[in-house]
Amino acid sequence: MPAHHDHESVYSGLLVNDAHWAFGTDFEDPLAGVDTTVPDGVDPAVLARYCLVLGDDALVLSHRLTEWCGRAPDLEEDIALANIALDLLGQARLLLARAAAADPSCVPALPEGSPVPAEDALAYFRADRDFGNVRLVEVPNGDFAETTARLLLFATWRLALFERLAGSRDAVLSAVAAKGRKELSYHRDFAGRWFLTLAQGTEESRRRVLDALGGLWPLWPELFRSHPVETAAAQAGVGVDPASVAAEVDAVLARVFAAADVPRPEAAPRVGGAGRDGAHTEALGRMLAEMQVVARAHPGGRW
Amino acid sequence: MSGRETSPEWPLYEVFVRGKRGLNHVHVGSLHAADDTMAVLHARDVYTRRNEGVSVWVVRSAHITASSPDEKDPMFAPSGDKVYRHPTFYEIPDSVPHM
Repeated sequence: MPAHHDHESVYSGLLVNDAHWAFGTDFEDPLAGVDTTVPDGVDPAVLARYCLVLGDDALVLSHRLTEWCGRAPDLEEDIALANIALDLLGQARLLLARAAAADPSCVPALPEGSPVPAEDALAYFRADRDFGNVRLVEVPNGDFAETTARLLLFATWRLALFERLAGSRDAVLSAVAAKGRKELSYHRDFAGRWFLTLAQGTEESRRRVLDALGGLWPLWPELFRSHPVETAAAQAGVGVDPASVAAEVDAVLARVFAAADVPRPEAAPRVGGAGRDGAHTEALGRMLAEMQVVARAHPGGRW
Repeated sequence: MSGRETSPEWPLYEVFVRGKRGLNHVHVGSLHAADDTMAVLHARDVYTRRNEGVSVWVVRSAHITASSPDEKDPMFAPSGDKVYRHPTFYEIPDSVPHM
């Protein structure tokens, strides 16, 4: 009675058919089967840089979330944060691979014959000033409340971007956004629920989440400042101008704040350059030193 | 905030997952969560991350009434030798699947 036996474990038959994975399970080429032709009238350098900065946002936050691994408040939250980190790492891999395919000149040179794929070269062999992530994602994790508040801000913003990006003229960006929307919806939901729970929990949890939000708020306006690369990508029909999602994102946050009875912070924007230009806080350099040390020690390594 | 109960340990939940190909929910394990909603989220994160499920159920472990191991013999041994209760003496036509 095979049908009956198959049903005994929900894990059986998992690897029979991988069609339900959006990008298949090809571990060698992340863009296998996807049309990587740059659309007509689009400057490949602009498309590449745009993909790179979106990829860097995901890569850096992914690494920050990974730092929770084994240290979260409990096992269930540990796995949840690791899942979210992996979702973001997947987005980063596709976006960095897309950047490399659109403009190979953006990929750092490695020793002759190195088997390191282009997206890994971009992740592990660039210095902090070459990263284009917004600064919000690079500041250290802080406590669980701070991680929750940052994830709420980030996922709300990125989900709004990706919902528009799904209509990109670039087939890869459109596919990445379509896949990422579902992931980011969950991230926002996860962070939003924890935000409410902490804000309405004990006096201590509320104090912590209010402190966390206030501390992150100066980095928030940067996410809606249009960088020339984003403007150019938006005008070419492949990207999204972040300023265009500001009102929508603000409305979502306002609902969360109202439900949590949390006042909107009033901290002034942080001064200094923009992460999109490579002007980062000192925290990014330290984070990258740890993230990149093994790969840089073995530029010919195969992983 | 004030007046709300806090407990150092979250209650235990049992998790049931329905796989894509399956017909009923199957018990896969347990987890801790502060409330029912969080338990569903935790179940999703802990037990369906390899694409195992299309639906999850959670139930507080405390709400499950189980048979006692001490009563194993009176509960289950009497059915052990009643082979005639199995429908194994029927011919099942080839055209009837899932039997």
